[in-house]
Order: sequence, then structure tokens, then C-alpha cells
Amino acid sequence: MQEYLKMEREQAWRIELRNQIKNKERTALPRVKMPEMDPQERICYQDREVNLGLDVENARREASRCMDCVNPTCIEGCPVSINIPKFVKNIERGEFLEAAKTLKETSALPAVCGRVCPQEKQCEASCFYTLKLKKDPVAIGYLERFAADYERESGQISVPEVAPKNGMKVAAIGSGPASLAFAGDMIKLGYEVTVFEALHEIGGVLKYGIPEFRLPNHIVDVELDNLKKMGVRFERNFIVGRTATFEDLKEEGYCAFFVASGAGLPRFMNIPGENYNGILSSNEYLTRVNLMNAANDEFDTPVLKGKNVAVVGGGNTAMDSVRTAKRLGAARAMIIYRRSREEMPARVEEVHHAEEEGIEFINLANPVEYFADEKGRVNRMRIQRMELGEPDASGRRRPVVVEGSETDIDVDVVVVAIGVSPNPLIPSALPELKVSRWGTIEVDPESMQSSIPELFAGGDIVRGGATVILAMGDGRRAAAGMHRYLTESK
Amino acid sequence: MNQIIKTEQFSENVVKLVVHAPRIARARKPGHFIILRIDEKGERIPLTIAGADEKAGTITLVAQKVGVSSQRLCELQPGDEILDMVGPLGRATEIHNVGTVLACGGGVGVAPLLPIVEGFKKAGNRVISILAARSKDLIILEDEIRKWSDEVIIMTDDGSYGRKGLVTAGAEEVILREKVDECVAIGPAVMMKFTALLTKKYDIPTQASLNAIMVDGTGMCGACRVTVGGETKFTCVDGPEFDAHQIDFDELLLRLGGYKQDEVDAFERYLSTQK
Repeated sequence: MQEYLKMEREQAWRIELRNQIKNKERTALPRVKMPEMDPQERICYQDREVNLGLDVENARREASRCMDCVNPTCIEGCPVSINIPKFVKNIERGEFLEAAKTLKETSALPAVCGRVCPQEKQCEASCFYTLKLKKDPVAIGYLERFAADYERESGQISVPEVAPKNGMKVAAIGSGPASLAFAGDMIKLGYEVTVFEALHEIGGVLKYGIPEFRLPNHIVDVELDNLKKMGVRFERNFIVGRTATFEDLKEEGYCAFFVASGAGLPRFMNIPGENYNGILSSNEYLTRVNLMNAANDEFDTPVLKGKNVAVVGGGNTAMDSVRTAKRLGAARAMIIYRRSREEMPARVEEVHHAEEEGIEFINLANPVEYFADEKGRVNRMRIQRMELGEPDASGRRRPVVVEGSETDIDVDVVVVAIGVSPNPLIPSALPELKVSRWGTIEVDPESMQSSIPELFAGGDIVRGGATVILAMGDGRRAAAGMHRYLTESK
Repeated sequence: MNQIIKTEQFSENVVKLVVHAPRIARARKPGHFIILRIDEKGERIPLTIAGADEKAGTITLVAQKVGVSSQRLCELQPGDEILDMVGPLGRATEIHNVGTVLACGGGVGVAPLLPIVEGFKKAGNRVISILAARSKDLIILEDEIRKWSDEVIIMTDDGSYGRKGLVTAGAEEVILREKVDECVAIGPAVMMKFTALLTKKYDIPTQASLNAIMVDGTGMCGACRVTVGGETKFTCVDGPEFDAHQIDFDELLLRLGGYKQDEVDAFERYLSTQK
């Protein structure tokens, strides 16, 4: 790996590029600003993307800020180890299609990651600018998106090379980011790959969860098409363990399985009144709007549109939900979060966008009870004030109740976005599979192999709840692990 | 894909559909349900499987017009295709030899009851079935239920068929007459609520199959949550059958009305486009 990076860095064009501009000049450039759609305008649309993307000129200037470090620490911050300097330098010299190709060496979904990765905690957190210069990092995420978008819009999408078929059939269960990354790697290695999806749409959380204003569906579709062109088969409306058992599929020739069935069950707080109408999980709320098009009258599925919408939680899903509520016409769209803004797990950019859109943040507050009208529809919630105490296991300061601080807020829709538990469908179909006491599948962290040798797992069903990019990293490791297992066992 | 092989109009609002779905036909057990979406614009509708023919690769569904999507489903003809269908979902009914089983079905609830009645009979039980509906034309699947029952009692609200009265009147009569070891109740939530109250009085273990609102049907959304024994359960993965004596039916009734106004609005929009 180190050797390869060094070799790439010593290519003539890279040396030439490095010598063109002095580092002092590079570091003097300010970080580019992402052009955004006006907040007042964008909240009128459910499906208009907020970030508009960089133009060629801005992308090349931003790319020129990168100093092409000898020791590119940014790569260590990337869960799928993208060769970041190589793609960035390709943008600087104007070889945008080459940049896109570089991304695809290790990432199956660059246009997606460029939009939804928490770069400020990953590559950009370990950029030389951040670590040593205490300056704004190179906008690696914006540049990744730029390269992927440029390639897509050019119509010259490169399809990665695929090895000759090796005659072995493998299955991926679930069609979210972990499975897609796995499928991309396995098809390249020559396997026949089928992805089984329970819902009627491929893409998992990329489709049902993340809203269009953050990740348009057509962008996901292009990446899926790419996988189809490489030969990956997709089976929708198919629940492995139910529609067919693992035994059935083995008889049909599948020799190994990658389980990435996601974090199924939404968590609730188990407080009084939580089952009143109008109180729903973020999964339900977002699925209705994103997967079922409920905001559009032409579609049959309804969604509750509230005037006063409270969203409980401080993660990306909470931000997605509250901003969706705003777009569905809420007069007050509020975040209720038990810690302070600093501890919010959401991407910084999403919190920033939410603020621009007029979302109210009621931080250091926690719901304790809900009240309803005679029809059982929620009309009021009681919250309790919190303060921060000592750090807990997650390293974040633990919220502590302020006694006697209850206040009531009028609400007509409440979205609970406090996390999810693993989906029990697969473990319940395989009693011999080893699971943790939280219901996550236990795997070897290197090979992602479970207690059943031919069964590998990754993503939220292993982690309990994480990000798109960590799931993709799991998919890639599982592909490598399964390939090793299948070649060695032959 | 999911072609409709046969339809049969049971009553003005109730239709039987036989659909080609070979994998589901092979895998399903009594108590299981499917989720279908007729076309791009349709809702995901959960329907309990009323029967299956493994050789023909078909399953039987009974649908009732309640909203736009179900209205459109009931209008489909043989040869038409259902865009999406997934299953079997939910936990299968626990069927064993207990002695005498009282099976109570109300309205379209008789459809999901049928495979359970068949299962209990095949397991060697004495099965007494009570079919209840508002009037004669709403009694469905009587012949099929008779095939697997030792006795069938028909109850109608208006007395137009069988005996006049509610399902509970018929059930209590049986309970007073002979020893009943287990009861299964499937139908409208109110009907299950009162059946459960009755069997509780006589201490008879009772299962009820719930028709909660669902979106995905795989445990993901939580729309179908229901309180059972003081705990929140998801009908789609923990059910659809639960111990009827533990179910909070009043909450269920309120939750079933959660989208009523939206349904009415959507239905009016739909009718206006049909003119």
C-alpha cells in the first residue's frame, strides 16, 4: 500500500504539478465555499438539492491548495482508503475523468460519499491543514463530489474492469451501502453476485432514509446502473430466510452470503403517551416521504403534515426529519436534543443548513411525556431540561436531569430519531448464528466472517448504527475476507 | 410477475384474488402475511395469506376496499399484474393439538382464519368455527371453513343468515356447553376486543391476529406498534398474532384511525379523477 502510494506520487505529472506552485502560495488560498440554494427558496421543495456543487474553476483552485504531502494522512482518515492526493491532483491538472477513475479504484459510490460522508471527522480531520497548519482543510468532500458529478454529466462513465467469471455464486442480503460496496468488489473478482432486497427499491438507506434534498435518487440510480453494467444482479421484494431459506439458496448454487440487512427496528423512549397518533419513528416518517412519495398527492401513501413538529434526536436522521417537516409546511420545526450542539452526532454541514432553514434547536432538553386530544392525536409534549455532567463511555458529557424544569410545548407531529436496533429477521432465521446481547451479528473484525463460516456480515447489522462510509468499508473487508475463504477452502 | 390468476367478488367491497407467487406459496405457513404494492403510485398494503396452492404456485388473498390503493386492488382482473409482492412475513401461528379450538372470524377476518382452522384440524383438534358479519352477503368462505370444522355457527347482526347476534353470543354458548381449550379470534379490532373479554372471563387462552397500519412490514418503521402486556411490540415482526388478553385494544383502535382523514381526502381525490 505504502509502496503503491509512493510510486504514484513519483509519477512525472505529479512532480511537475508540485513544482508549479510554491507551497506558501497554496496555503495562502482560502478554502472554497460550496454554492448553496437560497434557504427560503429551497424549503419550498422536497427534492431540490441544497449544495449546488463546485464549478471547474473553483474545483481546480481548491485542488491546488492540496500540497500532495509525502505522508498523506488524509488517506488514513478514509474508511475505504481512497487515494486522495491522486484524485485531487488529477482535478488540479484538469483530468477530471481520471480523478473519477481514481475514486472508483476503492469506492463503489463516490457521488454518494461526496455528499453524505462526515468528512470533517474523517479525511478532512486528518488533512495536513487541519493537523499542522490549524487552517481549514482541503475540501476533499466537495472535490470528490465534483469528480463524480463531472464524470456522470460527461456521459463517459467508466465501468471498472471485471475478472473472468470464476463460476462461484455469492449473495448479498440487503442493498444498502455495505452490500453495494461488497457487490462491486466481488463482481470485479469474477464472482456471480446477486443482491437481495426486501423492499421494492434498491439502495437501502440511500433511498428510504436520506432525503432527496441531500442525496437525489437519480444520483444513487447512476451508481446502481454502474453495478448492473458490471454484471451484479438485483432481486427486489425478496427476504432471505423467508421468501427462500439459506438452505434453498445453497441448493440454488450460492456458496457464501454477506448479510448487510441494516438496523431495522427504530428505538422509542418508552415514555407515557408515546403510542399516540402523530408520534412516529424517523424511519417511518422518512420512508413515507422518500420511498413512498407521500408528499406528492398523486401517490396513495399519506404522511402526517404538522404545524408544530418536534424531532427528538441530534443525529443526521434527526436533521433529515426536521428539514423534511419544514419542507412539508411546518410553521415550527424543532429539534429536541438532550445534549448541546457540540455533542451532536450530525454532520456539521447539516446542522448549519438546518439553522439556515429556520429550524429551532431546543438543546439540553428531553421529552418525558406526551398528551393527546380525544381522538388520540398528540397535541402537547412535556420536556425536561438537562445539563451536562461527566463524560460517559462514548466520551461525550452525560446529560443530567435538572429537577423541576418541566415545560410543555404544543406539537401535532413528533418524530423520534434516537437510533435503531438491529433487524432480527436474519438472526431469527439462523438460530446457530452468534449474536451479541444487542442483537448485532458477531464477526471477526478483519474478515467480517461470522460464527457460520460461509456467512459474512457488515454495516449496521454488525455495528448497530453507523455511517454510509463505514458500512462501505465493511463491505469491502467482507469481500476480501470471503474471497480468501472461498479460494482457500477450494 | 405476481400475475392475478383468478378473482371472485365476495360482496360489494370484498374480493378474493388468486395470485401467482410460487416462492411465497411454498414458504408460507398459517398466520403469515404479505405486503403488496399494485403499481408505482400504490401504498404498501399488508394482507394475511388465506391459502396457497404449492403445485400451482399461487396464493389466495382477500381484500376489502378501505382506501384508494385497496379500491384499485379490488378492481384488478385476471391477467393483471401486481408490481411488488413480498413475503411471507410475520410469525406463523403456533399450531398444536390442544383438544377443542374455538375459531372466531368476523367479516374479512375469516380469510386469514381459514388456514389456521385447517391447521388446527389437521393437528387433530376438535374445531368449532363461528363466522360473523353484519349481514348474509358479508359471510365469506363458509364452505371452505366447513371443510375443516366439526361445527360451524353463523352469526349476523341483522339476522339475515344463521342466528341474529354478535360473535360473542355464539362463542359464549359454545363455552357454556363444552370445554374449550383455546380460542383464535380474527376480525375487526372491536370484535376481537369483546371476544378477548369473553374468553378472559372463562380463562381460555386466546390468540388474536392484528391488522395494524404498516409501511415496510419488516420491522423498520414502527407504524404497527401495539401495546401487549404493557410493552410496545411491532405487529409485523413480533406478531401479527398476540395473546389477546394482553393486547391494549383501545390503543389499537385509536391507532387504526391515525390516517383516517388522509384516507378520506385521498379517496375523494381519487373519485374526482375517475369521473
